[in-house]
Amino acid sequence: MADVKKIATRDSYGNALKELGQLHDDLIVFDADLAGATKTGTFKKAFPDRHFNCGIAEGNMIAVAAGAAAMGLVPFASSFAMFAAGRAFEQVRNSIGYPHLNVKIGATHGGISVGEDGASHQCCEDFALMRSIPGMVVMSPADDVEARAAVKAAYEYEGPVYLRFGRLAVPVFHDEADFKFEIGKGEVLQEGGDVAIIANGLLVNEAMEAGKTLAEAGISARVINLCTIKPLDEELVLKAARECGKIITCEEHSIIGGLGEAVCALLSEKCPTPVRRVGVNDEFGHSGPAAALLKQFGLSAEHIVETAKDFCGK
Amino acid sequence: MTASEKKQLMAAACKVRMGVVEGTHSAKAGHPGGSLSAADLFTYLYFKELNVDPKNPRWEDRDRFVLSKGHTAPGLYAALANRGFFPVDDLSTLRHIDSYLQGHPNMNTVPGVDMSTGSLGQGVSCAAGMALAARRMGKSCRVYTLLGDGEIQEGQVWEAMMFAAHYKLDNFCAIVDNNGLQIDGPIDQVMSPYPIPEKLKAFGFSVIEIDGHDFDQMEAAFEKAKATKGAPTAIVMKTTKGKGVSYMEGQAGWHGKAPNDEEYEIAMKELRAQLAEVEAM
Repeated sequence: MADVKKIATRDSYGNALKELGQLHDDLIVFDADLAGATKTGTFKKAFPDRHFNCGIAEGNMIAVAAGAAAMGLVPFASSFAMFAAGRAFEQVRNSIGYPHLNVKIGATHGGISVGEDGASHQCCEDFALMRSIPGMVVMSPADDVEARAAVKAAYEYEGPVYLRFGRLAVPVFHDEADFKFEIGKGEVLQEGGDVAIIANGLLVNEAMEAGKTLAEAGISARVINLCTIKPLDEELVLKAARECGKIITCEEHSIIGGLGEAVCALLSEKCPTPVRRVGVNDEFGHSGPAAALLKQFGLSAEHIVETAKDFCGK
Repeated sequence: MTASEKKQLMAAACKVRMGVVEGTHSAKAGHPGGSLSAADLFTYLYFKELNVDPKNPRWEDRDRFVLSKGHTAPGLYAALANRGFFPVDDLSTLRHIDSYLQGHPNMNTVPGVDMSTGSLGQGVSCAAGMALAARRMGKSCRVYTLLGDGEIQEGQVWEAMMFAAHYKLDNFCAIVDNNGLQIDGPIDQVMSPYPIPEKLKAFGFSVIEIDGHDFDQMEAAFEKAKATKGAPTAIVMKTTKGKGVSYMEGQAGWHGKAPNDEEYEIAMKELRAQLAEVEAM
């Protein structure tokens, strides 16, 4: 695996913003004193007159972005997921969601892989918060190629979008040359019929690893990448449920309110199917190296393999 | 301003106040107190100050107004209706289940409303974002926002003020309706935001203090605001909550209570008398 290129999706975000900025004069960026970490600093370097630091005041930043969108600009507002989705939840709900304004929230440092900063900064609730807002698109890209495509798609889409990016460098597995991205569409990365593993964010790579290991153990796993949590690709999930009969969801998020529950809600109404949820089990994180934390919290290929074997009775 | 201009404004303000009473009475809910304290300001903005076109409410180069104290929508709606954005008769559908006149301003349903507001402290940030965007887009339009004096207890208000001053948004004007009362009582007993002008000055604003029921003072303040470069302006206006309806004046109890049938008749009679007096001038 040493030759696999690794890039953090927050870097992809900064690079995509810069690329888009060259094409679109109406794109502006807001940050809350984290431009170096969220990587909007990459955009700032190229377009200093279109990058506005709001200081450590996320609620104001979100509503300021709403005002700029109401004037016709396309603002990307950035902070850590904890503060963009958490602290500023009500501003997102009332000033962006309710008027359905064209603001893109670029939230970095999502999930437990924030690492050493510990629980106060490890946001595992953002999918739950953001998908509860009517009309909000929620995406969690898995690698550099998908993250940059998602940022472009968000710019082109008219309406509010929440994008979650990670701090940790993750393997780039998509081939840019033949990659096509569409909001609300998932992709099958490995075919299989015994169980379907549906993942997003950095768990997609783990799910792919698990899929290979399971194949060796005689379990045929379908591996699905669902970057868009809302709107959910219902057709793809229902097909997987009908054809595999068992679903495992994997996300770097609480098992409450995220991808797992979105899939469960769909299946319980349209195709009752047994589901196992891999995620953070209703607990807070703590400090530590990202890789060790992911293992400890069961957000790993190994844990997905164990879950699948148990699920399939092997 | 000429005597006849002032007379027209005074007459329009009476009609705006009638619209507030009409709407809240019909809704059996809503916020008359703060709508009436700001009625003269709404009137001044929509009948004199703002560069807007009722026939083309979404005209791109219009001045913007954000009602940060969104609960006083009855006052804003009454001003918009009387200015011709929608029929005055519709004011009596306020808060009704099929009405476009939502309890708090909705920019997507009400012609002339520039931002959806209602959650206190947010509108002022939206307005600051609009002012920044207007400058970035090379527009000469101005952005106005009205805050309650209780509303400025919200921390976000001061984040927004810091932002407006930091980016030297001289096309931005925040108006504070200092009627001295909030739901639970006098603002200085609930949680004193005083001294207001000094706080705003410390945040980098050009601050003007006026009587919020005096159109001459309003005119002078807005002219000064437009002439001020390099800093945003705040206009702190002393007002009387419930202004124009005798039994509502200075009463915190009328913050969020609708007049019943009997109270409605008294209020309308008083306002009709005020209008007749203005028209006889």
